[in-house]
Order: sequence, then C-alpha cells, then structure tokens
Amino acid sequence: MSLWEYANPKKFMQTSGWLLPIFAVSSAVMLTVGLVWGFFFTADDYRQGSTVKIIFLHVPAALMAINAWFMMLVTSLIWLIRRHHVSALAAKAAAPIGMVMTLIALVTGAVWGQPMWGTWWAWDPRLTSFLILFLFYLGYIAMWASVENPDTAADLTSVLCLVGSVFAVLSRYAVNFWNQGLHQGATFSVDRETNIHSSYYLPAYLCMAGFVALFIALVLLRTRTEIRKRRLQALLVRERLA
Amino acid sequence: MIALFLRDLRQATRAGGGFGLGVAFFLIVVVLVPFGVGPESEILATIAPGILWVGALLSCLLSLDRLLALDYEDGSLDLLATAPIPLEAVVVIKALAHWVVTSVPLVIVAPMLGVLLNLPGGAYGWVVITLLVGTPALSIIGAFGAALTVGLKRGGLLLSLLVLPLYVPTLIFGAEAARRGADGLDGTTPLLMLAGITLASLALLPFAAAWVIRINLR
Repeated sequence: MSLWEYANPKKFMQTSGWLLPIFAVSSAVMLTVGLVWGFFFTADDYRQGSTVKIIFLHVPAALMAINAWFMMLVTSLIWLIRRHHVSALAAKAAAPIGMVMTLIALVTGAVWGQPMWGTWWAWDPRLTSFLILFLFYLGYIAMWASVENPDTAADLTSVLCLVGSVFAVLSRYAVNFWNQGLHQGATFSVDRETNIHSSYYLPAYLCMAGFVALFIALVLLRTRTEIRKRRLQALLVRERLA
Repeated sequence: MIALFLRDLRQATRAGGGFGLGVAFFLIVVVLVPFGVGPESEILATIAPGILWVGALLSCLLSLDRLLALDYEDGSLDLLATAPIPLEAVVVIKALAHWVVTSVPLVIVAPMLGVLLNLPGGAYGWVVITLLVGTPALSIIGAFGAALTVGLKRGGLLLSLLVLPLYVPTLIFGAEAARRGADGLDGTTPLLMLAGITLASLALLPFAAAWVIRINLR
C-alpha cells in the first residue's frame, strides 16, 4: 500500500468516488455552521461594526488562493518527476478554483476596504501580490487552454508553474520593498497567542476548515471530470480507428 | 557560439528583421504619455523614470515573438537542438543577441527621451544604469516565455500574458532605483537587487528555457 497507487486512474476514481461526497457534505456543514455563526451570532467590533465579519469569507479564500498554487506546484513536480497523469490533471483542475479564490479574496477585501480604509483599492504589498498571483493563474490557465497535445501541455504548464512560483515569491518580497503596507499583519497564528477573541476565531477556523474541504471536493470533482474527458477521447479515437 | 551570435545579429539587422522597431515603439510610447496625462512638466518629471522603464519593457516585449519563432518555423531550431553546443548555451546566445539588438539601442535613446519627459538632471545616470543592468533580465525571461509559446500558431498574446507577470520584480527594482535617483536619494539597494535578479535569471532560466524547447520540439 503506497500513495503512488492513486496514480492509477482506476484506483483514483474508485477512492475519490467515495471521498468526494464526504468532503462535499462536511464542507457544506462546516461552511453553513461557520458562516451563520460568524455572521449572526458574533458581536460587532466596537470600531469596525459588522463589516469585520467579512473575514469569515476573506481569510479562508486568501488561504486557499495561496495553497491552491502550492498544491499545483507539488502536483506539477510529481508529474515532471514520476509522469503520473492524474497528478497533471489535478494541477489543471486546481487552477481555476485557485483563481476564483484569489478573486473572492480581492473582492471581499475591496468591499471591506471601502468603508474602512475609504478606498476600494490601495497599492498595498499584500493586495498587489494577490493581484500578481491572479495574473499568474490567468497565464497558467491560458497556457493549458492553448496547447493541444495533452502531454506537451502538462509539461509546459508544469515548468511554467515552477518558474512562476519562484517569480511569485520574488514579487511578494519586491512589492514589500516597493510600498509600505496598509493591510494588517497576520492575526491568526499557530505558534503565538492570537490577537482575536475566541468568539471570533472559532467560527473563523470552522470557515477555514470548510474552505479546505470545499477546495478538496472541487479538485476531486474536476479531476474526475478531466479523467472522464481523457477516457472519452480515447474511446473516440479507438472508434475512429476501428 | 560566436558564429551563432553573429548570425542572429545579422538576421535581426537585415531588412525585414525588425531592427529599430523597438526604438520607434519606445519613442511613440514616450510621446503618447504627455498626451495622456497632460503637459504639466512637474507631473511628467515625477513619472518620467517609471515611464521610461515601462516603455523599455514594452518595447522589449514587442520583439520577443521573433526570438525563437522564425528558427522554429524554418527548422533551424531542430538543428541547433542537435548541434554539439548545449541548448542552454543556444538560449543564452539568442537572449544576448536579442539584448544587443533591442535593449542596447533603448538604453542609448533613453536619455534623449528623458529630455522630452522633463527628467530631473540627477536621474539620467540612474535611468541609464538601471536599464543597462535590468534589460538583460528582461531578455532572458522573455526567452523563457518565447520558448514556452514557440510551438503555438498564435502565441503572441499568450506570450505577453505569461511574460508580463514574470517581469514584475525586475520592473519594481529597476524603476524604484531610477525613481530614488530622480529624487536625489541613494538607489544603490534596489540597484543591487536588480543586479541580483538579472544574474540569477541568467544563471537559472536558460535551463528552464532549454527544457521547454526540448518539450516543444518533441
């Protein structure tokens, strides 16, 4: 029994078939409970009023926007090193989800920033690096869309993902150097005491877990679709040859 | 390798090679900016270093699709890939030729265009130095982008979409150093960062580009 068994599409389809509903249902439950709890059963902030509650969407989306790219980096590496097709398809499947998460983080941030900072947009390092991350997603998806041969497309996008990761990190520190920030520092922390009351961070953690489960469910679903698409193409080719 | 370098230079400077197109484009971008933002000389002076950098970057981008595409079409890229010199070296030489043909003229005309934008006196040296240090990074990153899109029929637009985000750190440090110079501050730190990006790109990206070319030639 090893992890690489799941590189077999058949095995992957079997396992993801029963994992998918588990993740989908748990994500739905966690997000419903977390968001309802966060939006309706937490106290308003004494300065920010109820606008602060957008963090229950903003923070988990931002978290997944970065982790989706990281997942694409790992699966791209697995494809380049071990040539497992499921891995390449998972990277392809994750990209649009990561892009939407980036967009959610940017839009919810703007909606919050308008009343709080008095502006929809500021060239703050964090905001700017998210915009750059969005552009990277855009380029990556466009690359997948424009190459016809699936193996060539997987190879090219994987290398693009590797190089893009380096430049994305570089951009993150470059924009730090370029402009001072308006965005607050990290509030949630694993190793330090958090700056937030438990009535806030419990629903926030629930929402984050819900977003993680949602992301996994969507990636599994889209990867299954890609595998089925691949099989369909193989069937069509076989039919034409016969 | 020297023969390859000279061949690329000859091809680019020959009629139809597009030599000088980048400079003309640079001139037009710089001329268009005052029409867009208004003729006040103070505003122009503050944005001049940034305009020169963005203009140089766009002119560099303009000629990237010719970097490998012509060789791919007539098959000489296949010959270069099987040639006794490593493909990584071919990429470096081609990027170097691109830099000499496209960016060096840009660096030379940048101070003259600075006059049009009312660039502050102390900034001329900074603009020239940052462009000189930063444009090799633009060429080699562009070579990687050109390698990615070389197999595509209409890769031009995709090439811009892929390459422009990769240009962000170079542009930030380059324009920052030039801007600090224009404000009379010391721009050494961003200049050193810019040099670091250029050297690291030159060291690492040829391998990525050669890898991608081999995939595309498969």
